[in-house]
Amino acid sequence: MNIGFSGSIAVRRSDEFLLSVELEIPAGRTVALLGPNGSGKSTTVAAVAGLLPIDSGRVSLNDAVLDDPERGLFVPPEERRVGVVFQDYLLFPHLTVLDNVAFGLRSVHVAKEEAARRSCEWLERLGLQGLERREPRDLSGGQAQRVALARALVTEPDLLLLDEPLAALDVTTRTELRRTLDEHLSAFVGPKLLITHDPMEAFLLADNIHIIEDGRITQSGTADEIRLQPRTRYAADLAGSNLISGIASNGHVDTGAIELRIVDEAVVGPVLLTVHPTAIAVHAHRPDGSPRNTWETTVDRIEDLGNRVRLRTAAPLPLAVEVTEAAREELGLEVGSRLWVAFKATEIGVQPAARPG
Amino acid sequence: MKRSRATVGRPPTPLLVLALLGLAFFVIPLLGLLVRVPWSELPTLLKSAVVVDAMRISAIASISATVISLVLGIPLAWLLARVEFPGRSIVRGIVTLPLVLPPVVGGAALLFALGRRGLVGEPLYEASGLLLPFSMGGVIIATTFVAMPFLVITVEGALRNMDQRYEGAAATLGARRWTVMRRVTLPMIAPSLIAGLVLTWARAFGEFGATITFAGNLQGRTQTLPLAVFVALESDRDTAVAISLIMIVVSLAVIVALRDRWTRAL
Repeated sequence: MNIGFSGSIAVRRSDEFLLSVELEIPAGRTVALLGPNGSGKSTTVAAVAGLLPIDSGRVSLNDAVLDDPERGLFVPPEERRVGVVFQDYLLFPHLTVLDNVAFGLRSVHVAKEEAARRSCEWLERLGLQGLERREPRDLSGGQAQRVALARALVTEPDLLLLDEPLAALDVTTRTELRRTLDEHLSAFVGPKLLITHDPMEAFLLADNIHIIEDGRITQSGTADEIRLQPRTRYAADLAGSNLISGIASNGHVDTGAIELRIVDEAVVGPVLLTVHPTAIAVHAHRPDGSPRNTWETTVDRIEDLGNRVRLRTAAPLPLAVEVTEAAREELGLEVGSRLWVAFKATEIGVQPAARPG
Repeated sequence: MKRSRATVGRPPTPLLVLALLGLAFFVIPLLGLLVRVPWSELPTLLKSAVVVDAMRISAIASISATVISLVLGIPLAWLLARVEFPGRSIVRGIVTLPLVLPPVVGGAALLFALGRRGLVGEPLYEASGLLLPFSMGGVIIATTFVAMPFLVITVEGALRNMDQRYEGAAATLGARRWTVMRRVTLPMIAPSLIAGLVLTWARAFGEFGATITFAGNLQGRTQTLPLAVFVALESDRDTAVAISLIMIVVSLAVIVALRDRWTRAL
C-alpha cells in the first residue's frame, strides 16, 4: 500500500501561466514548496485541497485517487480529508473560537457535545483554553493562527496543508509559533505540505524543499543541499542569507569557529543567525571603526551575478558575500585572494533555534 | 489663508446651507401632514372598516411579498452573483427592471400575463379556476413584482463582495454545499440580507401603481393602505390624513429600528 501524498499537478491559469509540479510526500514527512509570489503556490494549495480541479495529471492520497481528469475522477474538497491552515487563517468571523474549531466535526454530523469536547481538547493542547467564547476579531495573530491549526487538526485529516502559516505574524510571534508548529507537525502522522515564501520557515520546518518559480519546480532537496548548491538565481538569493548556528550568551554567539557579537543581550542558548550577503563589507586591510564582527579569510569561489558578484569565503566561518563588480575589481579579488570581511551586530538576524544543532 | 482654531473641522457654510435646504425638502411635507391630523378623532377614524380592512390587507401583502422575495430572491441573487451563464447581464437587467419601470406599466404587464385571457392566466384559469387579478393573490403578486428586486440586488452585491475563500475553507472542513450556504455564506451576508429585507418590505408596504392596475381597488379584498389614502383624498380628507400618519409612523419605526444596526451594509 502506498502511504502518503502523490501529486502530479498541471493547471493552466492563463495563456501565460501554466502550473506543472510533481510532489511526493511520504507519511510523517514535511515537504515545503518555497517560492516567490505568483509562482503558483496558491494554485497548488487549491489543487491539493480540491478547490480547483487540475487540467491534467493525477492527485492521490493513501491509495485513494483524488483527481484524475483522464479517468474523469474528482473528489470534492469536503470528501478529501485534507486539513488546511489557510493564509490569513480564514476563521469564520460570525462564529466563536469554539464553534470555529467544532465546525468540521459538526459538518460531518458529530453530535454537538462530542464536537465541543473534542474541540476543547485541541484548544487546550494548543494553549488556547479560556478563549472558547471569544470571537476571531478579538484574537491576536498568534492566537488566531493556533485556532486555525486546531480547526484543521481536530477533523483528523489525512494530509495537512499549511499555506503561509506564519506570514501574517510579527517576528517575535513568528519565532514562538514556529516552535509550536514544529511540535505539532512532528506529532502529525500523515504527510504535510508547507507552502511558504519564507526560506527560514522552509529550512526549519521541512524535511524536503521544492523551490517553485513560474509554475515549475526548479530545485528540490534538503535545506543544506539548496543552501550549499543553489541552482537558480532565486535559490541563490534564498540561500544567500547566511545561516549560522551557535550558542548565545551575553550578547555573544559562539559558532564553534569564531565568536560573533549580536545586539540582543537577553537571548541565551541555541540560536540561528542570518546575515544577508549584501550586509557584509569586504576590505583589503583590517577595517577600523564600528563594525564589530570582522576577520581575515580567503576567497573560495566567485559567482558572477551580472553587475554584482557573490563571493564564497573560506575558514574560519564560510560566508556568502555579495559585492559590486566595481568593488571586486578595486580590491582585485580572485579565487585565493586574502580579504577582511566585516559586518555590524545590527545586521545579524537572531532566531532561537527550535532544536539544538 | 489663515483660519481660526474654532473653524477647524467645521463644515463649510455653503455646504451646510444646501444640506439644510435638502433636509427641509423632506421635513416640510411631513409637517404639512402633521398639522392636518385631526388628533381628537384619530381613534375613531382608525377604527373605521375601511382603515381596518386596508391595514389587514397591507400587512398580509407586504409580509407575504417579503417572504416570497426571501425564498425566491436569494437563489436568484446567488445565480446572478456566482454562476456564469450567457446572457447574465440581460437577466440582471430584467430582474432590476421593476426598479425603474413605472409601477402602472408593471401592473399592466401582469394583467396581460396573468389575467383571464393572459399568457399564463388563461391556462391557469382553465386548469384550476384560479383568477389572480382583483384578488388577494393578485395584490401579493403585484407587490412582490415591484419589491423583490430590492432584495435581489442587495443580496447579489453582498454575495459578490464576500470573501469566497471562507466557503472554500468550510468545504475543506467537510461541509457540503448546503451546509456551507447555511452556516457560512448566509451568516456572513446577514447584515446585507436584513437590509435587503427591510427595503423590500418597505417598498411592498408603500406599493400603489402595480396593485391598483393588476388587483384593482376593492375595499376588504384588494384595497391596501396606499389605495385607501388615494380614495379617501377624494371624499374624506381626515381619513386620508389618518392613514398617511399610520404609514409614516410604521415605516419610520421600522427604518429607524433597523437602520443603525443593519443597513450600514448597504
